[in-house]
Amino acid sequence: MSAQHAPVTTVATERPSLLTPFNIITGLIVLVGLILTVLRFTKGLAGVTNLSDNNAWGIWISFDLLCGVALAAGGYTTSAACYVFGMKRYHAAVRPAILTAFLGYALVVFALHYDVGRPWRLPYPIFYSPGPTSVLFEVGLCVFLYLIVLFLEWTPSALEWLRLKKWRNLMVRMTLALTIFGVVLSTMHQSSLGALFLIAPAKLHPLWYSSYLPVYFFISSIAAGLSMVIFEGTLSHRYLHHQMDEHYLSAHDQVALGFGRGAAIVLVVYFFLKLVGLALDNNWHYLLTGYGAMYLVELLGLVALPALLFAVGVREKNVKIIRWAAVLTVLGIVLNRFNVSWFAFNWHLPPAERYFPSWMEVAVSIYIVTVGLLVFRFIATRMPIFHEHPDFREPAEEEEEYPEHETRPHPPSFGH
Amino acid sequence: MEFFTYHDFTYYTKGAAYLLMAATLLGILGFWLFLTERDEDKLIK
Repeated sequence: MSAQHAPVTTVATERPSLLTPFNIITGLIVLVGLILTVLRFTKGLAGVTNLSDNNAWGIWISFDLLCGVALAAGGYTTSAACYVFGMKRYHAAVRPAILTAFLGYALVVFALHYDVGRPWRLPYPIFYSPGPTSVLFEVGLCVFLYLIVLFLEWTPSALEWLRLKKWRNLMVRMTLALTIFGVVLSTMHQSSLGALFLIAPAKLHPLWYSSYLPVYFFISSIAAGLSMVIFEGTLSHRYLHHQMDEHYLSAHDQVALGFGRGAAIVLVVYFFLKLVGLALDNNWHYLLTGYGAMYLVELLGLVALPALLFAVGVREKNVKIIRWAAVLTVLGIVLNRFNVSWFAFNWHLPPAERYFPSWMEVAVSIYIVTVGLLVFRFIATRMPIFHEHPDFREPAEEEEEYPEHETRPHPPSFGH
Repeated sequence: MEFFTYHDFTYYTKGAAYLLMAATLLGILGFWLFLTERDEDKLIK
């Protein structure tokens, strides 16, 4: 063997250790999750949860389903911005957002099995005994269809990875139709998740109960989606930087600024609509109670404040402020969904009868998020998510936006 | 505030909502101006 080949051989034989802190921690979480899964499906809900007849929905619905669906809204907001509204400058954000949304919805369905049980009966509400008068049926149907749409929207990445050019081109041609269908389905089920609680005016605290709940859920999901794209982009930038090409990196700050602007407007509209809701139900006096304090934390601290921070960040072109605003918005959406489905639900019950999750319920939720994280990392490090596949590189789309007679604007420099 | 009829209730709450809607329009307009004040295309003009 010549000396020239020696380093190559050395590199090939040296395999990185699998015992990294990330692998050890996620491995332990997955192990505990698998044990709890066996317990859940052998001992029933009572074996692992604190659910009861009074509290039929717990943290698995509050966090895994309601937060999961809201935070996965980045898929439809990003693809609608890019393909429906023609904002091609956000194209680099589409694939990460679609992947996050696809995994988010897949995990929502996965998590629902823990709550509902009997996985083999999952198709029943759709194909065998549908209940078309139920809001829950509409949510189930939309999530079922939208999961398929997201899968189809994600397939070009997988098909490029598999180098199946013909199939990939076919799927790319379906992009606009899939995007429009996805927006319609998202509009329906994001709002319907809020509509689920319209049936329980006596159980939900008046500060959160409103006939506008579907509108609130839908509008807040847009802000959640935009913020999640910024938040997820920040994390990916830190941990998957080596996967990103010039196209993605150059668009990264532009996406944060554009989506920050959109989120600021959506949050302000949401803030004022919440005030109008308070006025229409004359619930002002509840603001002076304990629940009122929690409501104000949600509305002022996690809606109005991030809206202002987004606006300041956009004005100053400071991406760091926008990222913090995105984190606050995500926390605000999580708190809102927790308030509606958990903290302010059954608020009239004595404390002893209120719901508090068992450690096993929390552990299952952590396990499901960890599974999502692992699958995301597996896909993002193999498939062209943060970079363009060299065999499928398309001519720069920005050329369409700036014809020859116009001057292409210089990208602004961002102080952060 | 106490209400003895549904009419009283809607008169009061709708009145408050209409005032809030006017404030909303002005608030969103002001926020929009604050948000876009430093846009590059405006600065060029």
